[in-house]
Amino acid sequence: MSALAPLPVIEALPRGVPLGIDPALAATWLEAFLYDELVERRGVRRAVLGLSGGVDSAVVAFLAARALGPANVHAIRLPYRTSSPDSLADAQAVIDALGCAAHTIDISAAVDGYLQYEPEADARRRGNVMARTRMLVLFDQSAKFDALPLGTGNKTERLMGYFTWHADDSPPLNPIGDLFKTQVWQLARYLGVPARIVDKAPSADLEANQTDEGDLGITYLEADRILALMLEGYADAQIVARGFAASDVRLVRARVDGTHWKRHLPTTAMLSNTAINEFYLRPVDY
Amino acid sequence: MKVAIVQFKPRKGDVAANFAELQRHFAQIAAAEPAYELVVLPEAAMTGYFLEGGVYELAIAAADFAAKVAATWHAAAGGRGVDVVAGFYENAGGTFYNSAAYVQIGPADHRIVHVHRKMFLPTYGVFDEERFLSRGRRLRAFDTRFGRMAVLICEDAWHALLPTLVAIDGARVLIVPSASPGRGLAEGGELESVLQWRSVLRSYAVEHGVFVIYAGLAGFEGGKGMTGSSSVIDPFGNTLVSAPALGAHLLSAELDDAEIDIARARLPLLGDLAAVLPDLLASDAIL
Repeated sequence: MSALAPLPVIEALPRGVPLGIDPALAATWLEAFLYDELVERRGVRRAVLGLSGGVDSAVVAFLAARALGPANVHAIRLPYRTSSPDSLADAQAVIDALGCAAHTIDISAAVDGYLQYEPEADARRRGNVMARTRMLVLFDQSAKFDALPLGTGNKTERLMGYFTWHADDSPPLNPIGDLFKTQVWQLARYLGVPARIVDKAPSADLEANQTDEGDLGITYLEADRILALMLEGYADAQIVARGFAASDVRLVRARVDGTHWKRHLPTTAMLSNTAINEFYLRPVDY
Repeated sequence: MKVAIVQFKPRKGDVAANFAELQRHFAQIAAAEPAYELVVLPEAAMTGYFLEGGVYELAIAAADFAAKVAATWHAAAGGRGVDVVAGFYENAGGTFYNSAAYVQIGPADHRIVHVHRKMFLPTYGVFDEERFLSRGRRLRAFDTRFGRMAVLICEDAWHALLPTLVAIDGARVLIVPSASPGRGLAEGGELESVLQWRSVLRSYAVEHGVFVIYAGLAGFEGGKGMTGSSSVIDPFGNTLVSAPALGAHLLSAELDDAEIDIARARLPLLGDLAAVLPDLLASDAIL
């Protein structure tokens, strides 16, 4: 080697956004979570969940089947008359794959029974009525089967406020609420959720041709990468400096900052030294 | 010294049920031959870790806790003795601590050898200890019938200075009762928080030539999974036994005191530190 040759350069690895998970570890951990919380702590051996045909509820169904056995998982399809037939078929694919208990309860009559008095209700109000009707049915079905309802909201939609308050977020246990959508996809592939469910465009299916990414105005991959940095404490300018579009960062920041209230219980006027959850503090499992 | 670690999985706040469960584990331990000499339990083992204001209902005096542990042992083991280290929430006349007691239990009696009150109370993120508890103010190693030891509780053991100080104070065995909620799912088969624990504990064993006994709480508390992962590390840094993160387990290890001297002769870092420490403490540049 010439004395003038430059030193070989060893580059540090580029800094990525850490969204990769160990899906086997996640599955083991979440299976233990469900078994501990349901069976050991509450003495409940069965779970109900709304099976939409989407990836989130499919993953929760697979996890619950691992924790409780498929016969103890009651997957309930809750179509409205405008719901996509594909959603029903995709939900059926999950039921077939797991061999879990399955039920279909059409919510059209219940929803329309109320909405007939509100013909001016726009799509947002109608969607919220559907989500809250599904919540009502799930809780009643849980009483019928001596089960607990499982939540299926992921971290991305929780942070973006993309859910109906006191509906999708109301079940007492949620195994996937700390997983971003892109992490749910990783877990879904590991668990064996049918590929067409993992690969299709996510949709709340409250209106025809609706997609989550269309509603949100950003892809899940981009939203998750921005959210991951935001929650670690990076300022918007620092996130933009990492190569993200300023408009996307603004959009995500506005959704998170505008929906903190949706991630809390109702605001209660404090009047005493023993106000619940202000001074009187007991953990949920106490 | 034959050591058992009970990776305990409590029922939150149900002290009677937890002592009943402990008696079952004690019976298993007492039936073993040769006999166990030291039993180590995790932080907050008989109550669960996250109590918030419930700590004021469940904290008890150290003497009462030691008496309950001894009575539970005697009910399970009859006239056999053992030493027990266990974490508990302590009520010291209206001041509350996250403590661990070293109790020497004889055939029909017991005595408290040492109580360590946790000095570093994590109060960030998911942790809220200092909202409810006071900081311990004293750190010392202490003599047992098996030699000089020290107890550090959870975050105490994340500050390299504390293992260093107790090693300088003569500790040959470092006992760490802990309750560590797991997080970090990055690829590799183990939670990132568990890997970090392993890394810091092993470094203390190697640097100071001490045995490290780590007892981790198990079970989920309101969605937060405690990462058990109890272990014993020898003075060379070898892991003698370790448990998985999930579930209750009984770990067993034989600690050979002679290995401490051999490790320190091979790598005399502790002796070097003892010699240089006065210069370090006198240095204006550092303190």
